Amino acid sequence: MIVSMTLELKDIPGQLVLALAPISELHGNIMSVVHQHEEKTPRGTIPVQIRFEIDQGVLDELIKRLENSGVGVARVGEERLRSSVSVILIGHIIHSDIGDTIDKIDSTGFAEVVDLSLSMPAIERTSSAYLVINAVGERELKKSLEILREVAAKKELLMIEPIRLNSEVV
Amino acid sequence: MKTIRLSIIGFGAVGQGVARTILSKKEILHKQGIDLRVIGISDSKGSEINVDGIDLKSALARKKQKGTIAKGNEGALDIIRDVEHEIVVEATPTNIKDGEPGLSNMLGAFDSGKHVITSNKGPLALYFSQLKESAEDNGVIFRYEATVGGAVPIFNLIHESLAGNRVMGIEGILNGTTNYILTRMAEERLTYELALKEAQELGIAETDPTYDVEGIDSACKLVILANSVFGQAATYRDVEVTGITKITPEALELASKNNYVVKLICEAGNGTLTVAPRLVPKKHPLAVGGTLNVASILTDLAGRITISGKGAGSIETASSILSDILYIVRNS
Repeated sequence: MIVSMTLELKDIPGQLVLALAPISELHGNIMSVVHQHEEKTPRGTIPVQIRFEIDQGVLDELIKRLENSGVGVARVGEERLRSSVSVILIGHIIHSDIGDTIDKIDSTGFAEVVDLSLSMPAIERTSSAYLVINAVGERELKKSLEILREVAAKKELLMIEPIRLNSEVV
Repeated sequence: MKTIRLSIIGFGAVGQGVARTILSKKEILHKQGIDLRVIGISDSKGSEINVDGIDLKSALARKKQKGTIAKGNEGALDIIRDVEHEIVVEATPTNIKDGEPGLSNMLGAFDSGKHVITSNKGPLALYFSQLKESAEDNGVIFRYEATVGGAVPIFNLIHESLAGNRVMGIEGILNGTTNYILTRMAEERLTYELALKEAQELGIAETDPTYDVEGIDSACKLVILANSVFGQAATYRDVEVTGITKITPEALELASKNNYVVKLICEAGNGTLTVAPRLVPKKHPLAVGGTLNVASILTDLAGRITISGKGAGSIETASSILSDILYIVRNS
């Protein structure tokens, strides 16, 4: 999972290393560090924003280690959904229960439909929908596409997926 | 001067294109020391044979005037088996039910020790490995550049220019008719039915468009590519195929708003063969419009190589056939 954290460091030398070391120790992968030395908090501490990828199971341990070493953890935010895919559905989208179609993805817990545009030209004509699905990772994204494929087949919807841009990894 | 004798079996758009191209390139080829002599031409009604070389100009004129080349009753196999020559250009129409008459023509040519060049997809989509084996057993060359991508030299690129590379995957648009329909639907917000009608009026789509719009033609080409490149023994029945008939102008509009176009894409790789409409980012090299064909080949050394060009047309297809003829002239 990707985590973004705001830490508060004391204004004395050596604090940044103290904050970053536990992340490496727990095999986290640091993606960015923003150190705002001139913007002190009212408490006189220095805020640092860090973004890193880490196994969900060690997050609590990380926070404990940071606090034990005197680093304040002001905010922890998880960037859950970081893989994204667009698909188009064509067919009787409303009558085959679009709510249920979306729910099949949302109920997985690892993927969500985050955008939906619908076009219904006339009652007797088929409608078209553009969907964006976000998921926690590439594997989960593939799984959610498989689920959508099954739902589309059952509801006789034509599903148009993107080309395999990453066929480098086929 | 090296004289190469050849027969043209099937004298429709492709066969006539070959005749025209041989005529127009005669002098240039002579300068290179090559004399191409057509000793037999056949169509569905009969044939013309002349061991000294057929006058192609008058043959083309007669075909135009009478609708047939026929001067005598000898059939295709009579020419292939009984008239001495080196190369059979098999240009009969594609039949994906049993591959005939192309299949018998090709096997007959191999058995009588003749090289075969073809534009006919049917026999290759059904019996690729048998044909390849028969050519090898008889010690002759089998070339089929014109079967996939029209003028686009896909097989030459992969087998000659990219020799030594491992091909990991191929993606492409291998059917100009569906590409034209989808392009027009997106540009003019036409319904599928209207865009198809327009394509039929322009002669881009057949009266019965099933082969093209249901993705069968694309599937046949994909199978030939996969068999030739990956050494598979697939037939077109192994391809998962979805056509374009259900696509709506609204879907194309939604795609366009989000910077995509929809194309009928052929995919080979990872052991699977798929033909389906796909979202292609507008700036991606596969996003070519009109009747163009395109193939993107992913290799281990060269990375991704993409080529695009005209996928159909009499002279365009003849370009691929002439290139195959010259390959044989130089390598036999």
